[in-house]
Amino acid sequence: MATGQIPKERKQSRFELAAWSDWLLPKLTLIPSLIAVGVFIYGFLGWTIWLSFTNSTILPSNHFAGLIQYEAMFSLDTWHVSLLNLLIFGALYIGVSLGLGLLLAILLDQKIRAVGLLRTIYLYPMALSMVVTGVVWKWMLNPSMGVQHVVRSWGWGSFSFDWLIQPDMAIYAVAVAAVWQASGFVMTLFLAGLRNIDDSIIKAAQLDGASLPRAYLKIIIPSLQPVLFSAVALLVQLSIKSFALIMAMTGGGPGYSTWMPAIFMYEYGFNRGQIALGAAAASLMMLVIAVVILPMWISEFRQKRNARNG
Amino acid sequence: MAESNRTSLSPSVIAIYAVLIVAALYFLAPLYVMVVTSFKSLGQVQSGGLFAWPDPFTIKPWLAAWGSACTGDSCSGLKPYFLNSMAFTVPAVLLSTGFGAINGYLLTQWRFRGSEVIFGLLLFGMIVPYQMFLLPMADTLGTLGLSNSIVGLIVVHTIYGIAVTTLFCRNFFVTVPNELAKSARVDGAGFFSIFWHIALPLAVPILMVCMIWQFTQIWNDFLFGVVFTSGASHPITVALNNLVNTSSTGVKHYNVDMAAAMIAALPTFIVYIVAGRYFVRGLTAGAVKG
Repeated sequence: MATGQIPKERKQSRFELAAWSDWLLPKLTLIPSLIAVGVFIYGFLGWTIWLSFTNSTILPSNHFAGLIQYEAMFSLDTWHVSLLNLLIFGALYIGVSLGLGLLLAILLDQKIRAVGLLRTIYLYPMALSMVVTGVVWKWMLNPSMGVQHVVRSWGWGSFSFDWLIQPDMAIYAVAVAAVWQASGFVMTLFLAGLRNIDDSIIKAAQLDGASLPRAYLKIIIPSLQPVLFSAVALLVQLSIKSFALIMAMTGGGPGYSTWMPAIFMYEYGFNRGQIALGAAAASLMMLVIAVVILPMWISEFRQKRNARNG
Repeated sequence: MAESNRTSLSPSVIAIYAVLIVAALYFLAPLYVMVVTSFKSLGQVQSGGLFAWPDPFTIKPWLAAWGSACTGDSCSGLKPYFLNSMAFTVPAVLLSTGFGAINGYLLTQWRFRGSEVIFGLLLFGMIVPYQMFLLPMADTLGTLGLSNSIVGLIVVHTIYGIAVTTLFCRNFFVTVPNELAKSARVDGAGFFSIFWHIALPLAVPILMVCMIWQFTQIWNDFLFGVVFTSGASHPITVALNNLVNTSSTGVKHYNVDMAAAMIAALPTFIVYIVAGRYFVRGLTAGAVKG
Protein backbone atom coordinates (compact mmCIF):
# COMPACT_ATOMS: atom_id res chain seq x y z
CA MET A 1 0.00 0.00 0.00
CA ALA A 2 2.87 2.28 0.78
CA THR A 3 4.44 2.52 -2.62
CA GLY A 4 1.06 3.08 -4.25
CA GLN A 5 1.12 6.68 -3.13
CA ILE A 6 3.93 7.58 -5.47
CA PRO A 7 2.41 9.16 -8.55
CA LYS A 8 4.28 6.97 -11.03
CA GLU A 9 1.39 6.93 -13.43
CA ARG A 10 1.95 10.50 -14.56
CA LYS A 11 3.27 10.44 -18.11
CA GLN A 12 3.87 14.10 -18.83
CA SER A 13 7.62 14.67 -18.88
CA ARG A 14 7.51 17.86 -16.85
CA PHE A 15 6.00 15.86 -14.01
CA GLU A 16 8.56 13.10 -14.17
CA LEU A 17 11.23 15.05 -12.36
CA ALA A 18 8.74 16.01 -9.67
CA ALA A 19 7.59 12.42 -9.28
CA TRP A 20 11.17 11.22 -9.04
CA SER A 21 12.04 13.81 -6.41
CA ASP A 22 8.88 13.00 -4.48
CA TRP A 23 10.03 9.41 -4.35
CA LEU A 24 13.59 10.22 -3.38
CA LEU A 25 13.26 13.25 -1.10
CA PRO A 26 11.48 11.56 1.82
CA LYS A 27 14.22 8.94 1.98
CA LEU A 28 17.02 11.47 1.70
CA THR A 29 15.45 13.58 4.42
CA LEU A 30 15.33 10.62 6.74
CA ILE A 31 19.02 9.85 6.34
CA PRO A 32 20.40 12.23 9.02
CA SER A 33 18.03 10.80 11.61
CA LEU A 34 18.80 7.26 10.52
CA ILE A 35 22.51 7.87 10.86
CA ALA A 36 21.99 9.51 14.25
CA VAL A 37 19.87 6.66 15.55
CA GLY A 38 21.94 3.94 13.90
CA VAL A 39 25.26 5.21 15.19
CA PHE A 40 24.40 6.97 18.43
CA ILE A 41 21.76 4.58 19.75
CA TYR A 42 22.37 1.16 18.22
CA GLY A 43 26.06 1.62 17.47
CA PHE A 44 26.78 2.89 20.96
CA LEU A 45 24.63 0.15 22.45
CA GLY A 46 26.85 -2.43 20.74
CA TRP A 47 29.99 -0.48 21.62
CA THR A 48 29.15 -0.42 25.32
CA ILE A 49 28.30 -4.13 25.34
CA TRP A 50 31.60 -4.83 23.59
CA LEU A 51 33.49 -2.69 26.14
CA SER A 52 31.96 -4.74 28.93
CA PHE A 53 33.72 -7.83 27.53
CA THR A 54 37.15 -6.15 27.34
CA ASN A 55 39.77 -5.35 29.94
CA SER A 56 39.53 -1.57 29.41
CA THR A 57 40.61 0.53 32.35
CA ILE A 58 41.23 4.28 31.96
CA LEU A 59 41.42 3.97 28.17
CA PRO A 60 39.22 1.72 26.09
CA SER A 61 40.96 -1.42 24.93
CA ASN A 62 39.84 -3.88 22.31
CA HIS A 63 41.22 -6.94 24.00
CA PHE A 64 38.45 -9.49 24.50
CA ALA A 65 38.46 -10.64 28.10
CA GLY A 66 35.29 -12.68 28.40
CA LEU A 67 33.17 -12.29 31.49
CA ILE A 68 35.85 -11.06 33.88
CA GLN A 69 34.15 -7.68 34.36
CA TYR A 70 30.85 -9.27 35.26
CA GLU A 71 32.62 -11.62 37.67
CA ALA A 72 34.51 -8.70 39.18
CA MET A 73 31.33 -6.70 39.51
CA PHE A 74 29.46 -9.41 41.36
CA SER A 75 32.34 -9.75 43.77
CA LEU A 76 32.07 -6.08 44.75
CA ASP A 77 30.07 -5.05 47.78
CA THR A 78 29.26 -1.74 46.09
CA TRP A 79 27.42 -3.63 43.34
CA HIS A 80 25.43 -5.72 45.82
CA VAL A 81 24.46 -2.60 47.73
CA SER A 82 23.50 -0.95 44.44
CA LEU A 83 21.27 -3.86 43.46
CA LEU A 84 19.63 -4.13 46.86
CA ASN A 85 18.99 -0.38 46.87
CA LEU A 86 17.48 -0.60 43.41
CA LEU A 87 15.10 -3.30 44.64
CA ILE A 88 14.06 -1.34 47.75
CA PHE A 89 13.86 1.97 45.94
CA GLY A 90 12.13 0.53 42.87
CA ALA A 91 9.48 -1.32 44.87
CA LEU A 92 8.67 1.74 46.99
CA TYR A 93 8.89 4.23 44.16
CA ILE A 94 6.71 2.23 41.79
CA GLY A 95 4.29 0.91 44.41
CA VAL A 96 3.66 4.14 46.29
CA SER A 97 3.56 6.34 43.17
CA LEU A 98 1.00 4.02 41.58
CA GLY A 99 -1.11 3.80 44.75
CA LEU A 100 -1.07 7.49 45.51
CA GLY A 101 -1.52 8.42 41.87
CA LEU A 102 -4.53 6.14 41.44
CA LEU A 103 -6.12 7.30 44.70
CA LEU A 104 -5.77 10.98 43.78
CA ALA A 105 -7.03 10.35 40.24
CA ILE A 106 -10.16 8.56 41.49
CA LEU A 107 -10.87 11.29 44.03
CA LEU A 108 -10.35 14.03 41.44
CA ASP A 109 -12.76 12.20 39.15
CA GLN A 110 -15.67 12.63 41.63
CA LYS A 111 -17.11 15.86 40.19
CA ILE A 112 -14.86 17.91 42.42
CA ARG A 113 -14.43 21.66 42.25
CA ALA A 114 -11.06 23.12 41.33
CA VAL A 115 -9.84 19.97 39.59
CA GLY A 116 -7.62 22.09 37.36
CA LEU A 117 -5.95 23.83 40.30
CA LEU A 118 -5.40 20.60 42.24
CA ARG A 119 -4.02 18.82 39.20
CA THR A 120 -1.64 21.71 38.62
CA ILE A 121 -0.44 21.47 42.23
CA TYR A 122 0.03 17.70 42.14
CA LEU A 123 1.89 17.72 38.85
CA TYR A 124 4.28 20.65 39.20
CA PRO A 125 7.13 18.59 40.75
CA MET A 126 7.44 16.82 37.41
CA ALA A 127 8.52 20.12 35.83
CA LEU A 128 11.43 20.41 38.28
CA SER A 129 14.76 18.79 37.69
CA MET A 130 15.83 15.87 39.88
CA VAL A 131 18.67 18.03 41.14
CA VAL A 132 16.26 20.69 42.39
CA THR A 133 14.06 17.97 43.90
CA GLY A 134 17.08 16.46 45.63
CA VAL A 135 18.31 19.80 46.94
CA VAL A 136 14.92 20.75 48.36
CA TRP A 137 14.29 17.40 50.02
CA LYS A 138 17.80 17.30 51.39
CA TRP A 139 16.93 20.55 53.13
CA MET A 140 13.50 19.32 54.30
CA LEU A 141 14.99 16.10 55.69
CA ASN A 142 18.04 17.73 57.25
CA PRO A 143 17.74 16.48 60.86
CA SER A 144 19.02 19.60 62.56
CA MET A 145 16.87 22.12 60.67
CA GLY A 146 14.24 20.25 58.69
CA VAL A 147 11.08 18.38 59.54
CA GLN A 148 12.58 16.63 62.57
CA HIS A 149 13.56 19.98 64.09
CA VAL A 150 10.12 21.46 63.40
CA VAL A 151 8.22 18.59 65.00
CA ARG A 152 10.53 18.68 68.03
CA SER A 153 9.95 22.40 68.39
CA TRP A 154 6.22 21.66 68.52
CA GLY A 155 6.90 19.80 71.76
CA TRP A 156 7.45 16.21 70.61
CA GLY A 157 11.03 16.15 71.87
CA SER A 158 11.83 12.55 71.03
CA PHE A 159 10.56 12.72 67.44
CA SER A 160 13.16 11.31 65.10
CA PHE A 161 13.30 11.59 61.33
CA ASP A 162 16.96 11.44 60.42
CA TRP A 163 16.84 8.86 57.62
CA LEU A 164 19.06 10.97 55.40
CA ILE A 165 22.11 10.44 57.65
CA GLN A 166 21.41 6.82 58.63
CA PRO A 167 23.22 4.44 56.25
CA ASP A 168 20.48 1.82 56.39
CA MET A 169 17.63 4.34 56.05
CA ALA A 170 18.98 6.91 53.57
CA ILE A 171 17.64 5.06 50.53
CA TYR A 172 14.13 5.43 51.99
CA ALA A 173 14.66 9.18 52.25
CA VAL A 174 15.59 9.21 48.56
CA ALA A 175 12.42 7.24 47.80
CA VAL A 176 10.31 9.84 49.66
CA ALA A 177 11.59 12.56 47.35
CA ALA A 178 11.24 10.40 44.24
CA VAL A 179 7.63 9.54 45.06
CA TRP A 180 6.90 13.23 45.59
CA GLN A 181 8.32 13.98 42.15
CA ALA A 182 6.47 11.26 40.21
CA SER A 183 3.10 10.57 41.81
CA GLY A 184 1.40 13.63 40.35
CA PHE A 185 2.46 12.45 36.94
CA VAL A 186 1.05 8.97 37.57
CA MET A 187 -2.14 10.67 38.77
CA THR A 188 -2.33 12.57 35.47
CA LEU A 189 -2.04 9.35 33.49
CA PHE A 190 -4.76 7.63 35.50
CA LEU A 191 -7.03 10.67 35.35
CA ALA A 192 -6.70 10.75 31.57
CA GLY A 193 -7.55 7.04 31.53
CA LEU A 194 -10.58 7.55 33.77
CA ARG A 195 -11.86 10.37 31.59
CA ASN A 196 -11.74 8.01 28.61
CA ILE A 197 -14.07 5.50 30.25
CA ASP A 198 -17.62 5.71 29.04
CA ASP A 199 -19.93 6.99 31.79
CA SER A 200 -22.69 4.69 30.63
CA ILE A 201 -20.70 1.61 31.70
CA ILE A 202 -20.65 2.88 35.26
CA LYS A 203 -24.29 3.87 35.18
CA ALA A 204 -25.19 0.40 33.92
CA ALA A 205 -23.18 -1.18 36.74
CA GLN A 206 -24.95 0.99 39.27
CA LEU A 207 -28.35 0.12 37.81
CA ASP A 208 -27.39 -3.51 38.36
CA GLY A 209 -26.98 -2.68 42.01
CA ALA A 210 -23.22 -2.25 42.27
CA SER A 211 -22.07 0.37 44.75
CA LEU A 212 -19.63 3.01 43.55
CA PRO A 213 -16.56 1.46 45.24
CA ARG A 214 -17.56 -1.91 43.82
CA ALA A 215 -17.99 -0.44 40.35
CA TYR A 216 -14.47 0.96 40.64
CA LEU A 217 -12.96 -2.32 41.84
CA LYS A 218 -14.73 -4.56 39.34
CA ILE A 219 -15.04 -2.43 36.23
CA ILE A 220 -13.20 0.86 36.23
CA ILE A 221 -9.81 -0.05 37.67
CA PRO A 222 -9.45 -3.20 35.49
CA SER A 223 -10.16 -1.13 32.40
CA LEU A 224 -7.21 1.10 33.29
CA GLN A 225 -4.79 -1.71 32.53
CA PRO A 226 -3.16 -0.07 29.48
CA VAL A 227 -2.51 3.08 31.51
CA LEU A 228 -1.11 0.94 34.30
CA PHE A 229 1.28 -0.72 31.84
CA SER A 230 2.51 2.62 30.54
CA ALA A 231 3.00 3.95 34.05
CA VAL A 232 4.84 0.84 35.25
CA ALA A 233 7.05 0.76 32.14
CA LEU A 234 7.99 4.38 32.71
CA LEU A 235 8.55 4.07 36.45
CA VAL A 236 10.71 0.97 35.95
CA GLN A 237 12.92 2.90 33.55
CA LEU A 238 13.07 5.95 35.78
CA SER A 239 14.01 3.92 38.84
CA ILE A 240 16.76 2.02 37.05
CA LYS A 241 18.16 5.26 35.60
CA SER A 242 17.96 7.16 38.92
CA PHE A 243 21.08 9.23 39.18
CA ALA A 244 20.65 12.97 39.59
CA LEU A 245 18.32 12.69 42.58
CA ILE A 246 20.81 10.56 44.52
CA MET A 247 23.75 12.74 43.54
CA ALA A 248 21.94 15.83 44.78
CA MET A 249 20.45 14.34 47.95
CA THR A 250 23.15 12.06 49.31
CA GLY A 251 25.96 11.91 46.75
CA GLY A 252 25.63 8.15 47.15
CA GLY A 253 26.33 8.33 50.88
CA PRO A 254 26.60 7.97 53.77
CA GLY A 255 29.55 5.93 52.54
CA TYR A 256 28.15 4.11 49.55
CA SER A 257 24.88 3.22 51.26
CA THR A 258 22.64 4.90 48.65
CA TRP A 259 24.44 3.72 45.54
CA MET A 260 22.30 2.42 42.73
CA PRO A 261 23.45 0.88 39.42
CA ALA A 262 23.50 4.28 37.68
CA ILE A 263 25.80 5.67 40.38
CA PHE A 264 27.95 2.53 40.20
CA MET A 265 28.26 2.94 36.45
CA TYR A 266 29.27 6.60 36.76
CA GLU A 267 31.71 6.02 39.61
CA TYR A 268 33.61 3.17 37.98
CA GLY A 269 33.28 4.34 34.38
CA PHE A 270 34.31 7.95 34.91
CA ASN A 271 35.80 8.50 38.36
CA ARG A 272 37.74 5.32 39.04
CA GLY A 273 39.11 4.57 35.58
CA GLN A 274 37.31 1.23 35.21
CA ILE A 275 35.62 1.75 31.85
CA ALA A 276 34.87 -1.92 31.22
CA LEU A 277 33.33 -2.33 34.66
CA GLY A 278 31.15 0.72 34.07
CA ALA A 279 30.13 -0.71 30.70
CA ALA A 280 29.20 -4.01 32.34
CA ALA A 281 26.98 -2.21 34.85
CA ALA A 282 25.30 -0.22 32.05
CA SER A 283 24.75 -3.40 30.03
CA LEU A 284 23.02 -5.07 32.96
CA MET A 285 20.80 -1.99 33.41
CA MET A 286 19.87 -2.30 29.74
CA LEU A 287 19.15 -6.00 30.15
CA VAL A 288 16.85 -5.47 33.13
CA ILE A 289 14.90 -2.76 31.32
CA ALA A 290 14.53 -4.89 28.21
CA VAL A 291 13.45 -7.96 30.18
CA VAL A 292 10.80 -6.00 32.08
CA ILE A 293 9.47 -3.84 29.27
CA LEU A 294 9.55 -5.97 26.13
CA PRO A 295 7.04 -8.57 27.42
CA MET A 296 4.72 -5.70 28.39
CA TRP A 297 4.98 -4.19 24.92
CA ILE A 298 4.36 -7.53 23.27
CA SER A 299 1.30 -8.33 25.36
CA GLU A 300 -0.09 -4.85 24.79
CA PHE A 301 0.52 -5.20 21.07
CA ARG A 302 -1.22 -8.58 21.04
CA GLN A 303 -4.21 -7.17 22.90
CA LYS A 304 -4.52 -4.32 20.45
CA ARG A 305 -4.30 -6.68 17.51
CA ASN A 306 -6.90 -9.00 19.04
CA ALA A 307 -9.19 -6.06 19.70
CA ARG A 308 -8.87 -5.02 16.08
CA ASN A 309 -9.47 -8.49 14.72
CA GLY A 310 -12.17 -9.51 17.15
CA MET B 1 -19.12 9.97 37.92
CA ALA B 2 -20.30 10.16 41.50
CA GLU B 3 -23.99 10.39 42.23
CA SER B 4 -23.49 13.22 44.69
CA ASN B 5 -24.51 16.67 43.62
CA ARG B 6 -21.77 19.30 43.35
CA THR B 7 -23.27 21.51 46.01
CA SER B 8 -24.36 19.00 48.65
CA LEU B 9 -21.77 18.53 51.36
CA SER B 10 -22.26 14.94 52.39
CA PRO B 11 -19.69 13.39 54.74
CA SER B 12 -18.11 11.47 51.87
CA VAL B 13 -17.63 14.65 49.85
CA ILE B 14 -16.03 16.34 52.85
CA ALA B 15 -13.73 13.35 53.26
CA ILE B 16 -12.73 13.52 49.59
CA TYR B 17 -11.90 17.21 49.88
CA ALA B 18 -9.96 16.58 53.08
CA VAL B 19 -7.76 13.97 51.39
CA LEU B 20 -7.24 16.14 48.32
CA ILE B 21 -6.29 19.17 50.40
CA VAL B 22 -3.87 17.21 52.58
CA ALA B 23 -2.29 15.87 49.39
CA ALA B 24 -2.05 19.40 48.00
CA LEU B 25 -0.24 20.52 51.17
CA TYR B 26 2.20 17.62 50.82
CA PHE B 27 2.97 18.61 47.24
CA LEU B 28 3.22 22.30 48.04
CA ALA B 29 5.30 22.07 51.23
CA PRO B 30 8.72 21.77 49.52
CA LEU B 31 7.91 24.66 47.20
CA TYR B 32 6.78 26.79 50.12
CA VAL B 33 9.89 25.93 52.13
CA MET B 34 12.11 26.66 49.15
CA VAL B 35 10.52 30.07 48.57
CA VAL B 36 10.46 31.27 52.19
CA THR B 37 13.97 30.02 52.92
CA SER B 38 15.33 31.83 49.88
CA PHE B 39 14.15 35.16 51.33
CA LYS B 40 15.39 34.59 54.89
CA SER B 41 18.53 35.95 56.47
CA LEU B 42 21.10 33.34 57.44
CA GLY B 43 20.46 34.14 61.11
CA GLN B 44 16.80 33.27 60.79
CA VAL B 45 17.58 30.08 58.88
CA GLN B 46 19.94 28.93 61.62
CA SER B 47 17.50 29.76 64.40
CA GLY B 48 15.14 27.16 62.97
CA GLY B 49 11.55 27.30 61.89
CA LEU B 50 11.46 25.57 58.52
CA PHE B 51 8.00 26.90 57.75
CA ALA B 52 8.40 30.36 59.33
CA TRP B 53 7.77 33.48 57.25
CA PRO B 54 10.91 35.47 56.33
CA ASP B 55 11.65 38.13 58.94
CA PRO B 56 13.46 40.23 57.91
CA PHE B 57 12.60 39.72 54.26
CA THR B 58 15.76 39.87 52.14
CA ILE B 59 16.68 39.28 48.51
CA LYS B 60 20.38 38.95 49.34
CA PRO B 61 20.36 35.13 48.99
CA TRP B 62 19.03 35.52 45.45
CA LEU B 63 21.72 38.07 44.56
CA ALA B 64 24.38 35.78 46.02
CA ALA B 65 23.04 32.71 44.24
CA TRP B 66 22.96 34.57 40.95
CA GLY B 67 26.21 36.48 41.13
CA SER B 68 28.68 35.47 43.82
CA ALA B 69 28.06 32.05 45.36
CA CYS B 70 30.81 29.48 44.97
CA THR B 71 30.36 26.34 42.87
CA GLY B 72 33.42 24.21 43.35
CA ASP B 73 36.43 26.47 42.70
CA SER B 74 34.78 29.47 41.05
CA CYS B 75 32.69 32.04 42.85
CA SER B 76 30.67 33.58 40.07
CA GLY B 77 27.21 32.47 41.15
CA LEU B 78 24.87 30.63 38.84
CA LYS B 79 24.70 33.31 36.17
CA PRO B 80 27.29 31.89 33.72
CA TYR B 81 25.84 28.38 34.06
CA PHE B 82 22.30 29.66 33.56
CA LEU B 83 23.51 31.25 30.32
CA ASN B 84 25.28 28.01 29.36
CA SER B 85 22.06 26.08 29.81
CA MET B 86 20.14 28.59 27.71
CA ALA B 87 22.85 28.46 25.03
CA PHE B 88 22.51 24.72 24.46
CA THR B 89 18.87 24.17 25.45
CA VAL B 90 17.31 26.57 22.94
CA PRO B 91 19.12 25.28 19.83
CA ALA B 92 18.76 21.64 20.91
CA VAL B 93 15.01 22.08 21.47
CA LEU B 94 14.53 23.72 18.07
CA LEU B 95 16.70 21.22 16.21
CA SER B 96 15.23 18.09 17.78
CA THR B 97 11.70 19.40 17.27
CA GLY B 98 12.49 20.19 13.64
CA PHE B 99 13.82 16.69 13.01
CA GLY B 100 10.83 15.19 14.79
CA ALA B 101 8.40 17.23 12.69
CA ILE B 102 9.84 16.23 9.35
CA ASN B 103 10.33 12.60 10.39
CA GLY B 104 6.78 12.34 11.67
CA TYR B 105 5.50 13.90 8.46
CA LEU B 106 7.40 11.63 6.10
CA LEU B 107 6.82 8.45 8.12
CA THR B 108 3.06 8.91 7.86
CA GLN B 109 2.30 10.99 4.76
CA TRP B 110 5.01 9.48 2.53
CA ARG B 111 5.11 5.91 3.72
CA PHE B 112 7.44 3.58 1.94
CA ARG B 113 8.58 0.03 2.34
CA GLY B 114 10.37 -0.18 5.66
CA SER B 115 9.04 3.02 7.21
CA GLU B 116 7.20 1.08 9.92
CA VAL B 117 10.37 -0.84 10.72
CA ILE B 118 12.26 2.41 11.11
CA PHE B 119 9.61 3.66 13.48
CA GLY B 120 9.82 0.43 15.51
CA LEU B 121 13.60 0.79 15.78
CA LEU B 122 13.12 4.33 17.06
CA LEU B 123 10.65 3.17 19.69
CA PHE B 124 12.97 0.47 20.95
CA GLY B 125 15.83 2.95 21.04
CA MET B 126 13.84 5.04 23.50
CA ILE B 127 14.03 2.45 26.27
CA VAL B 128 17.82 2.18 26.12
CA PRO B 129 19.15 3.80 29.31
CA TYR B 130 21.43 6.78 28.66
CA GLN B 131 24.12 4.99 30.63
CA MET B 132 24.64 2.82 27.55
CA PHE B 133 25.71 5.88 25.55
CA LEU B 134 27.98 7.65 28.00
CA LEU B 135 31.32 5.91 27.44
CA PRO B 136 31.18 5.78 23.61
CA MET B 137 29.84 9.34 23.48
CA ALA B 138 32.61 10.66 25.71
CA ASP B 139 35.10 9.00 23.35
CA THR B 140 33.35 10.30 20.22
CA LEU B 141 33.03 13.86 21.50
CA GLY B 142 36.72 13.77 22.36
CA THR B 143 37.62 12.58 18.86
CA LEU B 144 35.45 15.28 17.31
CA GLY B 145 36.95 17.95 19.56
CA LEU B 146 33.55 18.67 21.07
CA SER B 147 34.21 17.61 24.65
CA ASN B 148 33.43 20.21 27.19
CA SER B 149 31.61 22.49 24.76
CA ILE B 150 28.18 23.95 24.27
CA VAL B 151 28.17 22.59 20.72
CA GLY B 152 28.82 19.10 22.05
CA LEU B 153 25.82 19.33 24.35
CA ILE B 154 23.65 20.64 21.50
CA VAL B 155 24.66 17.62 19.42
CA VAL B 156 24.02 15.14 22.23
CA HIS B 157 20.64 16.53 23.25
CA THR B 158 19.49 16.87 19.65
CA ILE B 159 20.40 13.28 18.79
CA TYR B 160 18.77 11.77 21.85
CA GLY B 161 15.71 13.98 21.44
CA ILE B 162 14.95 12.86 17.89
CA ALA B 163 13.30 9.59 18.96
CA VAL B 164 10.75 11.20 21.26
CA THR B 165 9.94 14.14 18.98
CA THR B 166 9.52 11.76 16.03
CA LEU B 167 7.18 9.65 18.17
CA PHE B 168 5.05 12.67 19.13
CA CYS B 169 4.87 14.03 15.58
CA ARG B 170 4.33 10.64 13.99
CA ASN B 171 1.40 9.97 16.34
CA PHE B 172 -0.02 13.34 15.37
CA PHE B 173 0.44 13.07 11.61
CA VAL B 174 -0.99 9.56 11.51
CA THR B 175 -4.35 11.16 12.36
CA VAL B 176 -4.10 13.58 9.42
CA PRO B 177 -5.80 12.16 6.32
CA ASN B 178 -3.45 11.41 3.44
CA GLU B 179 -5.88 13.06 1.02
CA LEU B 180 -4.58 16.44 2.07
CA ALA B 181 -1.07 15.75 0.85
CA LYS B 182 -2.36 13.82 -2.15
CA SER B 183 -4.48 16.64 -3.50
CA ALA B 184 -1.63 19.09 -2.95
CA ARG B 185 0.59 16.76 -4.94
CA VAL B 186 -1.88 16.69 -7.81
CA ASP B 187 -1.70 20.48 -7.78
CA GLY B 188 2.04 20.18 -8.26
CA ALA B 189 3.28 20.79 -4.71
CA GLY B 190 6.40 18.85 -3.76
CA PHE B 191 7.61 17.12 -0.63
CA PHE B 192 9.05 20.19 1.07
CA SER B 193 6.40 22.68 0.00
CA ILE B 194 3.64 20.43 1.36
CA PHE B 195 5.63 20.08 4.58
CA TRP B 196 6.20 23.80 4.88
CA HIS B 197 2.81 25.14 3.77
CA ILE B 198 0.39 22.42 4.86
CA ALA B 199 1.86 20.02 7.38
CA LEU B 200 3.73 22.41 9.66
CA PRO B 201 0.85 24.88 10.16
CA LEU B 202 -1.42 21.94 10.99
CA ALA B 203 1.09 20.58 13.46
CA VAL B 204 1.53 23.69 15.61
CA PRO B 205 -0.14 22.15 18.70
CA ILE B 206 2.04 19.04 18.62
CA LEU B 207 5.12 21.16 17.95
CA MET B 208 4.29 23.05 21.15
CA VAL B 209 4.10 19.74 22.99
CA CYS B 210 7.48 18.69 21.57
CA MET B 211 9.15 21.96 22.46
CA ILE B 212 7.81 22.04 26.01
CA TRP B 213 8.72 18.41 26.57
CA GLN B 214 12.18 18.86 25.11
CA PHE B 215 12.80 22.11 26.97
CA THR B 216 11.94 20.45 30.27
CA GLN B 217 14.07 17.39 29.55
CA ILE B 218 17.11 19.23 28.26
CA TRP B 219 17.09 22.06 30.78
CA ASN B 220 16.72 19.56 33.64
CA ASP B 221 19.33 17.10 32.38
CA PHE B 222 22.13 16.39 34.81
CA LEU B 223 23.73 13.18 33.53
CA PHE B 224 25.01 14.41 30.15
CA GLY B 225 26.06 17.69 31.73
CA VAL B 226 28.11 16.10 34.48
CA VAL B 227 29.76 13.55 32.18
CA PHE B 228 30.50 15.64 29.09
CA THR B 229 31.43 19.02 30.56
CA SER B 230 33.65 20.41 33.25
CA GLY B 231 34.25 23.71 35.01
CA ALA B 232 33.05 26.76 33.14
CA SER B 233 30.98 24.83 30.61
CA HIS B 234 28.76 23.08 33.16
CA PRO B 235 25.01 23.41 32.74
CA ILE B 236 23.01 24.93 35.58
CA THR B 237 21.92 21.60 37.08
CA VAL B 238 25.54 20.56 37.63
CA ALA B 239 26.45 24.00 38.95
CA LEU B 240 23.54 23.88 41.39
CA ASN B 241 24.66 20.47 42.63
CA ASN B 242 28.20 21.76 43.08
CA LEU B 243 26.98 24.87 44.85
CA VAL B 244 24.91 22.88 47.32
CA ASN B 245 27.04 19.80 47.80
CA THR B 246 30.68 20.72 47.46
CA SER B 247 31.07 24.00 49.29
CA SER B 248 34.05 23.17 51.42
CA THR B 249 34.57 25.32 54.45
CA GLY B 250 32.73 27.72 56.68
CA VAL B 251 29.07 28.29 57.28
CA LYS B 252 26.50 26.57 55.07
CA HIS B 253 24.26 29.15 53.43
CA TYR B 254 21.00 27.24 53.15
CA ASN B 255 19.11 30.36 52.08
CA VAL B 256 21.48 30.80 49.13
CA ASP B 257 21.09 27.09 48.31
CA MET B 258 17.32 27.50 48.14
CA ALA B 259 17.55 30.66 46.02
CA ALA B 260 19.90 28.78 43.69
CA ALA B 261 17.44 25.89 43.44
CA MET B 262 14.69 28.40 42.60
CA ILE B 263 16.82 29.97 39.89
CA ALA B 264 17.54 26.57 38.35
CA ALA B 265 13.86 25.64 38.52
CA LEU B 266 12.34 28.89 37.28
CA PRO B 267 12.52 28.40 33.49
CA THR B 268 10.75 25.04 33.45
CA PHE B 269 8.42 26.18 36.21
CA ILE B 270 7.35 29.20 34.15
CA VAL B 271 6.84 26.99 31.10
CA TYR B 272 4.72 24.67 33.23
CA ILE B 273 2.56 27.49 34.56
CA VAL B 274 2.13 29.22 31.19
CA ALA B 275 1.72 26.14 29.01
CA GLY B 276 0.68 23.49 31.53
CA ARG B 277 -2.02 22.13 29.23
CA TYR B 278 0.57 21.24 26.60
CA PHE B 279 2.95 19.94 29.25
CA VAL B 280 0.29 17.47 30.41
CA ARG B 281 -0.39 16.44 26.84
CA GLY B 282 3.31 15.81 26.29
CA LEU B 283 3.60 13.78 29.48
CA THR B 284 0.64 11.59 28.66
CA ALA B 285 1.64 11.22 25.01
CA GLY B 286 5.20 10.39 26.04
CA ALA B 287 3.99 7.75 28.44
CA VAL B 288 1.69 5.96 26.06
CA LYS B 289 4.54 4.42 24.15
CA GLY B 290 7.60 5.54 26.08
